Amino acid sequence: MPNQPVIDVNAPVGDNVAKTTCYMCACRCGIDVHLRDGKVRYIEGNRDHPVNQGVLCGKGSAGIMQHYSPARLRAPMKRVGPRGSGEFEEISWEEALSLATGWLGDVRKADPKRLAFFTGRDQSQSLTGLWAMQYGTPNFAAHGGFCSVNMAAGGLYTFGGAFWEFGDPDWELTKYFMLFGVAEDHASNPIKIGIGHLKGRGAKVVSVNPVRTGYNAVADEWVGIRPGTDGLFVGALIHELFRNQKIDLDYLVRYTNAPWLVIQDPGAADDGLFARGEDGEPIVFDKATGDFGSSMDVGTTPALTGVRKLADGRTARPVFELMAERFLSDEYSPEAVSSQTGVDAEQTRRIAAELAEVAFEQEVVLDQPWTDWAGRRHEKMIGRPVSMHAMRGVSAHSNGFQTCRMIHILQILLGSIDCPGGFRYKPPYPKQAPPWLLPHGALEDIRPDEPLGGPHLGFPLGPQHLLLDGDRPSRIDKGFTWDAPMSSHGLMHMVINNAAKKDPYGIEVLFMYMANMAWNSSMNVPGTLNNLTAKDDDGRYVIPKIIYSDAYYSEMVPYADLILPDTTYLERWDCISLLDRPISTAEMAADSIRHPVVKPDRDVRGFQEVLIDLGARLSLPAFTNEDGSPKYAGGYPDYMVNHERKPGIGPLAGWRGADGSKTGQGAPNPKQLERYIENGAFFAHELKPEQAYFKHANRDYLDWAVAMGFRMEPRPTIFQLYCEPVQAFRLAAEGHGLRQPPETHRERIRKHFDPLPFWYPPFEESMVKEGAYPLHAITQRPMHMYHSWGSQNAWLRQITTANRLYIHRSLGAKIGVVDDDWVWLRSHQGRVKCQVRLMDGVNPDTVWTWNAIGKRRGAWGLSDDSPESNQGFLLNHLISELLPEGGGGYRYSNSDPITGQAAWFDLRVAIEKADGIAETEPLFEATETGGLPPSPTELSYGAEFKGDRR
Amino acid sequence: MTSLPESTEKKLGLVIDLDICVGCQACATSCKEWNTGGYSAPLSDHDPYGADPFGAWLNRVHSYEVGEGRGSKTVHFPRSCLHCEEPDCVTVCPTGASYKRVEDGIVLVNPDICIGCKLCSWACPYGAREYDVDDGVMKKCTLCVDRIYNETIPEEDRLPACVRACPTGARAFGDLGDPQSAVSKAVADRGGYGLLEEFGYKPVNRYLPPRTANSNTASTSVVAKSAEAIPKPDGSAIERLFAWADQALSR
Amino acid sequence: MHPAYSVILFTTASGAGYGLMFWLCLGHALGLVPNSASMLFVSMALALLLITIGLISSTLHLGRPERAIGAFSQWRSSWLSREGVAAVATYIPSGLLALIWLLGMETSWTVPLAVLAAAGAVVTVYCTGMIYASLRTIRQWYLGLVPMVYLSLAAATGALLLGFVMAVFGYVPSWVAALTLVTLAASAALKVHYWNVIDADPGKYTAEMATGLGSPGQVRQLDPPHTQANFVMREMGYAVARKHAEKLRQAVLFALFAGPAVMMLIVLFFGWAAAFFYLLAIGMTAFGVLIERWLFFAEADHVVTLYYGASRA
Ligand SMILES: Nc1nc2c(c(=O)[nH]1)N[C@H]1C(S)=C(S)[C@@H](COP(=O)(O)OP(=O)(O)OC[C@H]3O[C@@H](n4cnc5c(=O)[nH]c(N)nc54)[C@H](O)[C@@H]3O)O[C@H]1N2
Ligand SMILES: Nc1nc2c(c(=O)[nH]1)N[C@H]1C(S)=C(S)[C@@H](COP(=O)(O)OP(=O)(O)OC[C@H]3O[C@@H](n4cnc5c(=O)[nH]c(N)nc54)[C@H](O)[C@@H]3O)O[C@H]1N2
Ligand code: SF4
Ligand code: SF4
Ligand code: SF4
Ligand code: SF4
Ligand code: SF4
Ligand SMILES: [Mo]
Repeated sequence: MPNQPVIDVNAPVGDNVAKTTCYMCACRCGIDVHLRDGKVRYIEGNRDHPVNQGVLCGKGSAGIMQHYSPARLRAPMKRVGPRGSGEFEEISWEEALSLATGWLGDVRKADPKRLAFFTGRDQSQSLTGLWAMQYGTPNFAAHGGFCSVNMAAGGLYTFGGAFWEFGDPDWELTKYFMLFGVAEDHASNPIKIGIGHLKGRGAKVVSVNPVRTGYNAVADEWVGIRPGTDGLFVGALIHELFRNQKIDLDYLVRYTNAPWLVIQDPGAADDGLFARGEDGEPIVFDKATGDFGSSMDVGTTPALTGVRKLADGRTARPVFELMAERFLSDEYSPEAVSSQTGVDAEQTRRIAAELAEVAFEQEVVLDQPWTDWAGRRHEKMIGRPVSMHAMRGVSAHSNGFQTCRMIHILQILLGSIDCPGGFRYKPPYPKQAPPWLLPHGALEDIRPDEPLGGPHLGFPLGPQHLLLDGDRPSRIDKGFTWDAPMSSHGLMHMVINNAAKKDPYGIEVLFMYMANMAWNSSMNVPGTLNNLTAKDDDGRYVIPKIIYSDAYYSEMVPYADLILPDTTYLERWDCISLLDRPISTAEMAADSIRHPVVKPDRDVRGFQEVLIDLGARLSLPAFTNEDGSPKYAGGYPDYMVNHERKPGIGPLAGWRGADGSKTGQGAPNPKQLERYIENGAFFAHELKPEQAYFKHANRDYLDWAVAMGFRMEPRPTIFQLYCEPVQAFRLAAEGHGLRQPPETHRERIRKHFDPLPFWYPPFEESMVKEGAYPLHAITQRPMHMYHSWGSQNAWLRQITTANRLYIHRSLGAKIGVVDDDWVWLRSHQGRVKCQVRLMDGVNPDTVWTWNAIGKRRGAWGLSDDSPESNQGFLLNHLISELLPEGGGGYRYSNSDPITGQAAWFDLRVAIEKADGIAETEPLFEATETGGLPPSPTELSYGAEFKGDRR
Repeated sequence: MTSLPESTEKKLGLVIDLDICVGCQACATSCKEWNTGGYSAPLSDHDPYGADPFGAWLNRVHSYEVGEGRGSKTVHFPRSCLHCEEPDCVTVCPTGASYKRVEDGIVLVNPDICIGCKLCSWACPYGAREYDVDDGVMKKCTLCVDRIYNETIPEEDRLPACVRACPTGARAFGDLGDPQSAVSKAVADRGGYGLLEEFGYKPVNRYLPPRTANSNTASTSVVAKSAEAIPKPDGSAIERLFAWADQALSR
Repeated sequence: MHPAYSVILFTTASGAGYGLMFWLCLGHALGLVPNSASMLFVSMALALLLITIGLISSTLHLGRPERAIGAFSQWRSSWLSREGVAAVATYIPSGLLALIWLLGMETSWTVPLAVLAAAGAVVTVYCTGMIYASLRTIRQWYLGLVPMVYLSLAAATGALLLGFVMAVFGYVPSWVAALTLVTLAASAALKVHYWNVIDADPGKYTAEMATGLGSPGQVRQLDPPHTQANFVMREMGYAVARKHAEKLRQAVLFALFAGPAVMMLIVLFFGWAAAFFYLLAIGMTAFGVLIERWLFFAEADHVVTLYYGASRA
């Protein structure tokens, strides 16, 4: 070309590509890391990877800046100033580990429960949980309690699966998709890929969300619901389906407990439990024989209606009838709920009609024979192409468990769970409903120098499974007590508060990993900081020792006594296991690893590595050989390959067996990690087409799941429209059984433990003075930031350097503010000052902001005048970890009464225009930065790669 | 060479589907990541950890609200150079650093002769030119010229970084001068448009508009059929339901 | 548009320099200026000094000043390049004149050289004006009036300077004061007209056109791409408040016209301390022209602001 410069378009990207797994968030996509001269040149998505299929999100694509963040910790540190000051001294690993071993060893010898070990954004819970179990403390959980336990428990108790990351809509076949309360979710890229496909195919996307941004902005229909009222809206949809007889009776009879008979004997100890036969199986009324039959007998023709007289003369009614009565009542009519939800009745009715139309008139039929659990062959797979997904907009309310159940029940009534076009399980799900796993850690199980009898977290079936000794909670977070009986993920948000109050008891060591509890993952931040620094009369900290592992200088670091600096995700081994939160898709079981692709240039160690080392130093049985030597001398990779949970089952499912030929179960394979690395750091086993749907009742699938070790036996999962364990707790509150709630708790349990889902107003809303806090305040995750981590990233922080409070334009007009004006936002807990932005796409009774953008001065390598700390703000200052005092003077935790899920989004606020200086309040004083060098004032990353332009 | 070519052999460009874009910023950060080490290296960042950070980005994602009340929408709106056919950003350049390529229509800056006078950025109505304060030269979207022809990259990956990354598939790349190309067809099907055509630079990139609510096939048929099928509420709903549910159903 | 001080200084200083050069050379060619080599030299030196200060300041505005030489290459399409070429070309006759006058040489070449330099001055200032006037993105600039304003202001400030230097050398011909008065009046009139024109034009482009999203209604920015201003907003997003601008416009009219006009009248009719009054007028005009130039930028709306919240441009 005349005059045009000749440019080199063939410059190689790097000198080497390493395939590993992203950890800019918990989605865990496959990445190709291009390296040049040992530095990261470019990160792109791995096209073969089951999670992201080649794409990469906004965070993942900024990985370079995370990896080279100036806030990275450099070496183990010991606190030298007062707690919270941020004054540290760097020490050697040997010193750090012996210090930790000393502290932890003493506690284990005396009273293991005086260690509380809690992990935040943990992806290695199978290891951290095992470690805690081996240590012998009951006090272990990860972040699920403040995150999504309502979704996990709501789903698992109902149908052995869950929204969250354990299932997906059938992205390829769904024609009608409803999204409740999701801004981003854990399945970050899969949801984006999926929404792209849905929209590309012209499927309808309906968003139910008080805010219209992101996924909700591209929805074909937006339902701008008032927060906390989804249960009413979904109840009204169910009302409409019942009223118009638009439900899949066939499906209900086959796969659910709809026909199961429920004892109707008010006042009796078994009122509301299932009527059972001699074999213990619930019974149904068989219309064919006119007699009772077992619910597991496929030969019956079970009645869905009719009051039946049991052999003992009492009456029983099928679940279906009870449920129909509940939802057909006027309380759930679209008109009745509309003033609460803000959704007009006409819209609700139309959506219900559309759901029915798509489910029943536009069914998807796959020419794919399959065999059900009872051995019957079906020639086709018939699907109802309606699917739903919900997350924290439903979960983070104190009525979230029941609302979540309601959404699943809506899907079940339409016959759309795990059918073509419906909601699909991801292996190892479905589990039994609920999974056969009980919580461990009762006081009598806790013995000095001894492991616990089993895993901490599970699914209680009734009061007998609570971790209580009389009225004494066994766990520091009061998990599995009357405060939150079905708290399957623990209550991490209560740990610091309870420990500081020594309620139920004091602890000696608080050991935390990857959780920024001094800031964005705490409710009531100022109170939490006080709790972390509170001292006893003798001048000793009430929480005497705090060990913390972080990779970066977060707000939590200054509050720890001993820092165990982690590597970045590109520097370490990790294991994303089917025993944990796997990366499977609906079509395949999959797991993956992370392996070091860049050498650390600092004195840091992978936390898992350190935990295994500590396990050996403490002589925990699973980490020590008979002769006392460390069992995994090769560290974490050694553990990943050689640890066996049960014979043949280890952290990784791929290439097992001495020669790598086995999948799922098999002897350890010394070359396993090499095989993973060769395959792009993941393993995926694709299901056969005949296994791909109806997994809850599909014999081929169930048999395979047993072989893989996912299930104990090939029994089907029966969907629990009626949740008997919930009733078991209610019966206790009504005065039955050996274990009963204290008086303070009876009414609360009686009311909320309804085995059929129902809606009740979120607690905070019903407890604060009426009218005093007229607005809802909620947060959303920005797609380009992961909690607090994003702000240290030079690229991501430019996108959002400070958060605004988004309010409806009509509210702005009412209080007389325009964009960027300052306002005070008040709750019963406190007040913050922040800047507004007006918008149209928000429920008029709701204000919202981006989560975790506000930062504390001193943290994250940011300058003290950074907008994050001076203009940005944290809503958490307004959120109380305790509810206002109720009747009986007891202050419950601000959580779901069933699961203990933190009710972040129940927050109620008042707003007013603020004058004065343009600065956020409260403004916390800056902490020291632990001796980290100052951050650069200019970046020219990549200049060094420029050489080969021409 | 600041004179524009009479015509170009191809009109390479991007097509962005506003109906699908969720505003995730992947195109913006992947662009930054690729280009900070690529043809335009570096894309510097000023005050990266301080009070007023700003860096050079070749692609940015805006968000807008359109309309009022019920009919209103939120739209996420990525914007980069549109590789205009007749842009003044090229002709105003005093050095010839700014040019439009004859073979594919890509508008490029030659970073080796650019003097950083910024005039081209004044001439661009789209804000697509980014001055790199630390490097002292103008940067802009290169359409990833060092990827799309790069023989050291597997063929399927010879795509702009932003297109390769976009998780929703809202971005496509191709020859908009060829009516048979996939991108041209998508533009024809969906009523794709150029930004600010009134201005006269003849932008090559195209945007696919957000579909108006419920215009897609599944939902229109759904709405049409079911709207009349909604029975009026009536007191006997429960009896009717039970009678209906009482049909014999074997398992 | 962001008013960059280097560019303001460049256009005003070089404008005055070229204006001075123009009148000096024209006066010389027409024999209106006394043939005092020292005065001629000092005048030309002052013109060149102002021009050079301007040009240096404009190169400082460049990211890569060391490559500035490349800017002469694209005169076929680029007004900036043309300006550079014209400026350099003008140095030749003007430089030779300065040299001749410095050495006190007697030559008839000065007349053709002066004509060339005067023409070069006009062309250069016109090019400067056209750099702005050719930008379709800025409606306040994309006007034939803009080079006229540049030329008239150069003429007025140049005339003032010439009057001052001549006064210092003891020459106070009334034609210079009259010329100054006329050019000042002309520039004031042009400027007022310019303001009327830009005030009458609300801008023909809208945010709806810019985004193509107009069909459901009005387009409002929800979030900018980055919280803090980026390059585009720093450079193109600057806007001055209407009330503020109004005050500044009045100041311009006073400092640029009313004030100096009074001085000129004094010089013209009373002949008192001409050098002093010229200097006073120069001070005022300098202030006025700096504000005028600042406003020229600050009042300019760039089309790109439509993407950043403006509804029209
Ligand atoms: N207002 C409000 N508050 C909320 C929420 C909300 O929606 N609204 N959401 C809640 C929810 S669901 C959650 S899950 C929590 C999340 O809150 P956190 O679990 O506190 O999450 P992060 O802020 O990501 O903090 C995790 C810590 O891990 C550190 N880290 C990052 N990478 C590594 C690594 O590789 N190794 C180690 N050892 N550490 C690392 C980070 O530096 C950071 O200090 O926030 C809760 N808080
Ligand atoms: N980019 C990014 N991805 C993340 C994270 C992150 O920090 N950043 N965090 C990860 C973690 S730990 C979690 S728990 C997940 C959470 O992922 P999401 O579930 O998407 O969590 P949030 O962003 O809190 O979104 C909550 C949504 O619910 C809406 N909402 C609030 N109240 C209600 C209500 O009452 N009803 C309805 N229908 N909607 C409501 C809010 O407007 C918001 O859109 O994301 C994970 N993925
Ligand atoms: S979704 Fe999460 S894991 Fe996947 S690329 Fe983005 S940050 Fe990485
Ligand atoms: S990557 Fe795709 S979905 Fe995300 S902002 Fe860019 S165009 Fe939109
Ligand atoms: S978008 Fe701007 S920079 Fe790109 S070609 Fe058009 S005018 Fe030039
Ligand atoms: S900044 Fe560079 S590319 Fe732009 S006009 Fe000036 S010299 Fe040309
Ligand atoms: S084509 Fe390349 S340079 Fe242009 S916006 Fe996309 S990634 Fe950036
Ligand atoms: Mo979470």
